[in-house]
Amino acid sequence: MNAALETRALCKRFGALTVAEKINFRLEPGARHALIGPNGAGKTTFVNLLTGRLAPSSGQVLLAGVDITRLDAARRVKRGLGRTFQINTLFRNMSVLDNVALGVAERIGVAGGFWRPAARHAEVRDEAMALLASVGIADEAAREVNGLPYGKQRLVEIAIALGLKPKVLLLDEPAAGVPSLESERILEALAQLPTEMAILIIEHDMDLVFRFAARITVLVQGEVLCEGTPAEIGADPRVREVYLGERHV
Amino acid sequence: MKHPVGYSAKPGLRATEYLPWVVALAAFFVLPDYLALGARILTYILFALSLDLIVGYAGIVTLGHAAFFGSGAYIAGVLSAKLGVNDPMLQLAAAGAGAGLLGLATGAVILRTRALAQLMLTLAIAALCLEVANKANSITGGADGLSGVTIAPILGLFKFDLYGKTAYLWCLASLLIGWWLVRRLVYSPFGASLTGIRDNSVRMQAIGAPVYLRLLLVYTFSALLAGVAGALLTQANQFVGLNVLGFEPSGELLVMLILGGVGRMYGAFVGPIVYLIAQDYLAKQFPEYWYFGIGLMLVLVVLFARGGLLGIVDAALARLRRKA
Repeated sequence: MNAALETRALCKRFGALTVAEKINFRLEPGARHALIGPNGAGKTTFVNLLTGRLAPSSGQVLLAGVDITRLDAARRVKRGLGRTFQINTLFRNMSVLDNVALGVAERIGVAGGFWRPAARHAEVRDEAMALLASVGIADEAAREVNGLPYGKQRLVEIAIALGLKPKVLLLDEPAAGVPSLESERILEALAQLPTEMAILIIEHDMDLVFRFAARITVLVQGEVLCEGTPAEIGADPRVREVYLGERHV
Repeated sequence: MKHPVGYSAKPGLRATEYLPWVVALAAFFVLPDYLALGARILTYILFALSLDLIVGYAGIVTLGHAAFFGSGAYIAGVLSAKLGVNDPMLQLAAAGAGAGLLGLATGAVILRTRALAQLMLTLAIAALCLEVANKANSITGGADGLSGVTIAPILGLFKFDLYGKTAYLWCLASLLIGWWLVRRLVYSPFGASLTGIRDNSVRMQAIGAPVYLRLLLVYTFSALLAGVAGALLTQANQFVGLNVLGFEPSGELLVMLILGGVGRMYGAFVGPIVYLIAQDYLAKQFPEYWYFGIGLMLVLVVLFARGGLLGIVDAALARLRRKA
């Protein structure tokens, strides 16, 4: 069976600096997979290579067995590859509802319409409302994103990505900068995601990683160090040395 | 009066939105001596509206929008003076199509860049158009301008009269249609996605939006509208000069829009009205330094009212509401 998302010998160099070195990676259908690694390991670069924000120097990216290496970011989204951003990348001066509705409209293909008012597209509004309800912030729909507490902005990020109904979802540090109390709510929202959706999470919060992921890949200096179950990774002395050792003595 | 657009907006017409049309009709009856100025203002409103669409809503920066206004103006002029095509509707259609094509061709290049590079490219394109019109003497009349423009009666019924009555109403009707199209577009999903691109184009790509294509579409439409506005000016003046092309009218238009308020649709109405009336008045009263008055007005607006004159109105209304 094809992997939901796969890379083959993916490389990225900026001049002499190698930020991704022959990464072979498989994300199985329905996976709950985490990508961890110390700062500067190239995690975000890897995500940008997967989503098409960066073009690789060599290697391939395959989505459900189809080579998407040459597709731009928007076309990859159309094929079912969604993402959230490490730093909130929201439409700051729009309402929470509009933030989600824009994505829903793109997915169902009405976003290019220039005659019927957007507000009369009930199908878009209803679905956006349902998504907000599913992450628990339906009450905030009418508010401007700017005025929202940071933790709730993170939930908007997730709701936008879900509106694209991705087959593969990349979560780039969904709990970054969120106080631990609120990160609990993010974990709750993540736990409710459809099981058939393959999810790759990049996260620094080890507690969240070990609770959420069934598999973990460790990236160090642009290379895959090892991959395994949380128990295997937790016990691996190499991982302890390069990464966990810094935090969990 | 800045209302949200998109999925949260109320798209129905508000009472205040009838105001410009009531004022325009009233002016027609009350100020018969100022119809020439009135027609000029109406064409500039349409021109400013086309600029607001790309600058205010889509976030494209340009100092060369007169390229489209001017080419529309020259297309109408040349059609009449050189080719004998005097039908005003045909002229508008040709001017819109011509300017729209120019927008499509130049937009395909400039929209691949952003910020300063984009600004420089628009400036270069406007300068090129100006030089072409300047050198193509035999067609455009060069620096002397193009005279001998005659306009046939509209639908064969309404003659362009000496007092500018027909021209005024013709411009008003064209503006009404242009405004209606812009308004539909702004409130549509397409308009909402433009606002999204302006706010955050990276995120728009990440939700699967064809950003470049959307920008190209709106740029082309904006160029088309500007071209129609230019043709209207030719028809109202029955003359075209080089002053419709190049950096100066582009910059002047941007000043009008900033004065009125960017990205709020009706800023494009208020700006040209205030600017052109002030220009008309100041040029008569203080012919030597009328630009000083315009400059002062702009400095005050930029310093104290970032939302333009309409922004001031907004703030005042909000204050009244709080007191009440």
